[in-house]
Amino acid sequence: MAEIRVENLRKEFSGFTAVQNSLFTVQDGDFFVMLGPSGCGKTTTLRMIAGLELPTSGRILLDGEDVTMKRARERDIAFVFQLFALYPHMNVRQNIGFPLLAQGVARSEIRARVEETARLLRIDHLLDRSVSGLAGGDRQRVALGRAIVRRPKCFLMDEPLGTLDSEFRDLMVHELRELHNSIGATTVYVTHDQLEAMSMADKIAVMNHGIIEQFGTPREIYDRPRTMYVADFMGSPPMNFLSFNAGLAAGDDAIEIRGAKIAVPQVRESIAPAELALGVRPEHIRLDDGAALRGEIVGAEYLGTTQIVSVATPEGLLKARIPAEQHVTAGAMVGLTFSCRHLSVFDKASGRAIETALYGEHRHG
Amino acid sequence: MAEVILRGVSKRFGHTTAIKLMDLTIADGEFVVLLGPTGAGKTTTLRLIAGLERADAGQVRIGGEDVTNAAPAARDVTFVFQQYSLYPHLSVYENLAFPLKSPARRLDEAEIDARVRSTAKLVRIDHKLDNRATRLSGGEMQRVAIGRALVRQPAIYLMDEPLSSLDAKLRANMRLELKRIQQELGATLLYVTHDQTEAMTMADRIGILKDGELIQIGTPREIYTQPVSAYVAARLGQPAINLLPRGLLPDGGLPAGTATIGARTEHLSIDKSANGHADGVVDWIEHLGDQNHLHVKVGDAKLITLSPPDTPLAAGDRVTIRYRDPLLFDADGNRLGGGAP
Repeated sequence: MAEIRVENLRKEFSGFTAVQNSLFTVQDGDFFVMLGPSGCGKTTTLRMIAGLELPTSGRILLDGEDVTMKRARERDIAFVFQLFALYPHMNVRQNIGFPLLAQGVARSEIRARVEETARLLRIDHLLDRSVSGLAGGDRQRVALGRAIVRRPKCFLMDEPLGTLDSEFRDLMVHELRELHNSIGATTVYVTHDQLEAMSMADKIAVMNHGIIEQFGTPREIYDRPRTMYVADFMGSPPMNFLSFNAGLAAGDDAIEIRGAKIAVPQVRESIAPAELALGVRPEHIRLDDGAALRGEIVGAEYLGTTQIVSVATPEGLLKARIPAEQHVTAGAMVGLTFSCRHLSVFDKASGRAIETALYGEHRHG
Repeated sequence: MAEVILRGVSKRFGHTTAIKLMDLTIADGEFVVLLGPTGAGKTTTLRLIAGLERADAGQVRIGGEDVTNAAPAARDVTFVFQQYSLYPHLSVYENLAFPLKSPARRLDEAEIDARVRSTAKLVRIDHKLDNRATRLSGGEMQRVAIGRALVRQPAIYLMDEPLSSLDAKLRANMRLELKRIQQELGATLLYVTHDQTEAMTMADRIGILKDGELIQIGTPREIYTQPVSAYVAARLGQPAINLLPRGLLPDGGLPAGTATIGARTEHLSIDKSANGHADGVVDWIEHLGDQNHLHVKVGDAKLITLSPPDTPLAAGDRVTIRYRDPLLFDADGNRLGGGAP
């Protein structure tokens, strides 16, 4: 078990900065997810933790010990690249036991640990089968078994579910999290899929151009985004932004858009007149004929239980998630109401969230 | 654009039946999505239409013409693969122009130029026409790959999971783009995927494949609300439909032969227990951001529904659960009472 501490980590590749001044701590036993689009620096950070890349500057501490310059195999870490990489000529038992054999562990010990691992992954009935005949999910469990059997201090995983069918992926997401709950090893997991991150993580770091934009629990990241980038990255569809010009004073609890007063969580700082954006999540919008703020329905995407309705307003296009049975007509004008306590306000120039009760109450609580 | 018809098409590879007696008509201008897991026969269906595989039995017709035994080049189709295959040494412009330069097409330069520019605009890559293909992001490369298919106006576009190699975020944008482009062009398009969201949001009709058989085809709403079997019902919906044994919950009398009750979020009323009677206990609420999943334990069984962001329920709450017009399946998984939608 291990705590991973990353201090001012920086990585440059011939003039291009992949990771800048990264600073975070993954607590012992946490499932930590680095989330961002391709090229944001998440894989580079993971490879530095693994010892597969050397940082340009900064330190990596594993349980307090500086491992920055140590080789990969001197760090007690298991790296899962692609869960499918198995030895085709070996059976399940040999595949799982291979890392122990390579370490020179006694045969009886290998046998016991392989069987224990297989039970944990519910593949103990497959131990003597050839891996070539296995279904995708079982192959994946075998590959995981090979990483777990060593009982390393931590697991590093780079988009291990990326190539799987979506149905399988949903299943494996839950299995990975259950596995984590039962072994409790510190895990660093890299993905571009916000839903995977939300389903599995204890803590998420959202990355953008080599910088960590926000670090927090899934709910903090989703419900209280610190920047427009984070707000936009999370959610499908992402947060909507309605532009307006205003100054704000501490204590304000409403804003005005086109004469419509919209209640927001109480503002905690004063802002000189500037271009601002009201951030509202699709699931926090209701179509309400009585509302003052109005827009025109331009389309609807049917999703079965819910639908995503697109509403054009002079402040921008809004997407609302509403029940599928609610009837909407393209071209119709509708009123919009928002769930006040979930709203964010951003400064458009910097993208920064303005301090409001939404952020404050949790900081002090 | 043209109508494409498969009639009684079968295909075997050795001892495995890849496609079994498939009947499928894709109307002119229609966007059909075939949905199924790996190995269901999705890609084989595309390859049979493209002529990359030859059918063992049955007939393939494109635009009224029997092409069952025609060579790929003689069929008027274009294929977009999962992995974008661009010419790395060529610019975006040259990549887009390439399919038009075949001597067989005899298009003059002005015509080619006009088509390349209008296609580039359609896939929103017109600002990067002079860039080398390798100097693009993944999403841009895939847009060029799709654009290269669109410069030609074939009878049908065949697309094999063209978005699966993209980031989740980009994929969501491209879904909307592709649907918009298809509508603007009035294109006939057959698209295969294992991603139910792609199927739901883009398709005019979804075909559900299982072990090489087309077991249901219909609009997304038909497939979702009127599935012919529990298998089909389980393909669509997040969280997946709850398939519960009869007798688990009070049901107020069900038709004979009912073995399994299929209940999605909209088929269940879950309320905090008021008078001491309870059917289940809230296990936990999974916060996934845009969708929160309510996990309820009913005896040894478990059900999962979508919960509103402001649900009054919390873990440990005892709840009453009632069905609201659920889907009913017999012991073989076939739906009961599934008449006309």
